[in-house]
Amino acid sequence: MTSDNDRRRGLLARLRERPAARSRGRRRLGAAVRLLAALTLAGGAYTLFAPGAQAQDAPPMSSAAAEGKALFDVSCVTCHGRNAQGVEGRGPSLIGVGAASVEFQVGSGRMPLARQEAQAHRKPPLFTDEQTRQLAQYVQELGGGPELPEGTNLHSDGDIATGGELFRINCSQCHAFGAGGGALSSGKFAPSLRPASDRQIYAAMLSGPQNMPVFGDNQLRPEQKADIIAYIQETLKHDQDPGGFNLGRYGPSTEGLAIFLVGIVALVFASLWIAGKS
Amino acid sequence: MKRRKFDLAAAPGKAAAGLDDRFRAATPLRHVLNKVFPDHWSFLLGEIALFSFIVLLLTGTFLTFFFEPSMTEVVYNGSYAPLRGTPMSAAYASSLNLSFEVRGGLIMRQMHHWAALLFMAAIVVHMLRIFFTGAFRKPRETNWIIGSLLFWIGFLAGFTGYSLPDDGLSGTGLRIASAIMLSIPVIGSWLTSSIFGGEFPGTIIISRFFIAHVLLIPALLLALISVHVGLVFTQKHTQWPGPGRTNGNVVGERMFPRYAIKQGGFFMIVFGVIALMGGLFQINPIWLFGPYEAWVVSAASQPDWYVMFLDGSTRLMPAWQITIPLGDGYVIPPLFWPTVVLPGILVGLSTLYPFLEARHLKDYRTHNLLQRPRDVPARTAAGAMALAFYLVLTLSGANDVIADKFQISLNAMTWAGRVGLLILPPLAYYVTYRLCLGLQQHDREVLAHGVETGIIRRMPDGRFVEVHQPLSAQDHDGHGALEYTGWVVPKKMNRLGALGPAIRGFFYPIEKPAEAPVSPGHPPVEPRPEREEITSGSESHR
Repeated sequence: MTSDNDRRRGLLARLRERPAARSRGRRRLGAAVRLLAALTLAGGAYTLFAPGAQAQDAPPMSSAAAEGKALFDVSCVTCHGRNAQGVEGRGPSLIGVGAASVEFQVGSGRMPLARQEAQAHRKPPLFTDEQTRQLAQYVQELGGGPELPEGTNLHSDGDIATGGELFRINCSQCHAFGAGGGALSSGKFAPSLRPASDRQIYAAMLSGPQNMPVFGDNQLRPEQKADIIAYIQETLKHDQDPGGFNLGRYGPSTEGLAIFLVGIVALVFASLWIAGKS
Repeated sequence: MKRRKFDLAAAPGKAAAGLDDRFRAATPLRHVLNKVFPDHWSFLLGEIALFSFIVLLLTGTFLTFFFEPSMTEVVYNGSYAPLRGTPMSAAYASSLNLSFEVRGGLIMRQMHHWAALLFMAAIVVHMLRIFFTGAFRKPRETNWIIGSLLFWIGFLAGFTGYSLPDDGLSGTGLRIASAIMLSIPVIGSWLTSSIFGGEFPGTIIISRFFIAHVLLIPALLLALISVHVGLVFTQKHTQWPGPGRTNGNVVGERMFPRYAIKQGGFFMIVFGVIALMGGLFQINPIWLFGPYEAWVVSAASQPDWYVMFLDGSTRLMPAWQITIPLGDGYVIPPLFWPTVVLPGILVGLSTLYPFLEARHLKDYRTHNLLQRPRDVPARTAAGAMALAFYLVLTLSGANDVIADKFQISLNAMTWAGRVGLLILPPLAYYVTYRLCLGLQQHDREVLAHGVETGIIRRMPDGRFVEVHQPLSAQDHDGHGALEYTGWVVPKKMNRLGALGPAIRGFFYPIEKPAEAPVSPGHPPVEPRPEREEITSGSESHR
């Protein structure tokens, strides 16, 4: 019966069971050793993982990031605050947004922002590519985040047919079938993709700027992103519009305008001409 | 051997005589060929619709040779690379082949679509002409009703045709149509499942729409158009009032040869404009929309312009859902009001309008003379009100495109549409009414005092007065004795022949303009009197 009882008592109970009585001296010694070991472990771990006091004095920043910080402190600090921590009501923290986000926002001229409004507009970029990379490096080294692959052509091995299918499922809801952009609520909008470069499209998918959702690598794999970029760059931008002038690819709204402005106007003039010949 | 001499000049006459001997066609044909039509540019608007319908039949027949109305799934392997390897319905694949493989297929498809848009646009413009000139009054109410039915049947023709390619955009439209049908209380779900053969989208809808689009609806359109035109023949065309024109005659040109030749030419022009648009402007680029999948929807998904007002009414409708506590709770969705009730009211109002107006004015006489829009301010203003209502709805149907391209908030567009829908129509009524009254007044003023010459004369006492050219002999008050006859009053001096005749010719002047033959109904045209200087005469102003 005893063995049955033993087995029935759980592991915890057996652990909790007081060990056989030991001498007081041995117990004290053991406690002291354990305390010492715990303190050493904690202290060691702290010195290993916590930034040391000297880290403040000599940041482990690359030279590019240091250049970027200099630019940041001149052009971005007003809204994004010191060390990109963000300023309440002006600009968000940039810790963890990653180089991809900086490259999209600064590289497309959206940042620095012209004014606070529903959404930033694309404009001629203020910084050169070199400076943009430095800013990106700085933000990347501040808090990590998504990064872009190297190179300016990111769609060389993309498949346009797959890309088209993915584009229609994931992108055309907002950017429209012709990638001309579309309206969102309260003055926000999905911009036209026509001026966007490979890197900007990739960065946008990776970082989800403004109202765009993030398409991380677990949602759209890198090769799928390449497919989508290939569809946008090869098909939508280079489509020859076999049917003629594409009327802006806005769909039936401009077609309706055209039938009145061109068709009906031409035929009313024709009927004026015919009736005037009596 | 005697050689029989063939007289070429007598051949048509002999052939005609032979035909008449057999078919007795001369008497009815003479009646038709001698029919007189009044001539005015606005009477040709309905012809645009008729001629684009003919183009629709021709191009549509071509398209049926290559279109496959089936929803069987196939894998595209045609020449349009960005879709190669994509699974799609046979209907969409055959539409792509029609666009890219079939010689001349794309221009035929585009001409068919532009002709459809033109058909509907011409119907609306023609309807406006009929409305604003009062041509729908007794005895032509039936033709008015047929005309408004033609709009709604054309609407159905357009919608079914637009859905056939089974592309991403038209599938979105079809989804909305199924939602509209579902929103009808009590019968909604039965109606939808019977049309779609089960749940949306099912596998049968394209074949059903095909038969409706190529057989049932065109047959109905053809029948109604024949009755429409036939009624114009039997009831005679209306005409503007003017010299020699009464309620009991028709002044114009005979059907044959001049009117028929003109109409033939106009048909060529309509065909040409449609062909030009089909060749120059890309319409409905289905290859960009991709095949329809239930999970695919694009921004800026609009229907064609004549359906857009329903899209607009849906976008403006607040989310007012009515829940009736019956059983588990019965719901009337907000979609029901703007897409089922509103068109119902519009059909009712538009078909009943001639009777409503006759009842309101207690006017049950026969009218063959048209009215200038300014002379019936209430009707003109009501028409402007309806037009404003329709325009606000149509613009709201494209409000996301407008918001995006003109950088306006979409929410602001929606609210502007809601407010505009309530405020603009009454405003249009008021402004149009006042404009009509102002134009009427100016007509009467010119008849009484004469045409403004633009000559300012300074009187001995220092006053400045404008010299007027009276239109008739004046009484001692300086008022003319002319009655307003319901037609254009000359308001410029060169309408009175103050200037020499305009030199005709576009590229080089034609020295002696040829006189057009005048039909006997016209009063004799008197030669223009010699020019004389306009004298101010102290009594000719005021």
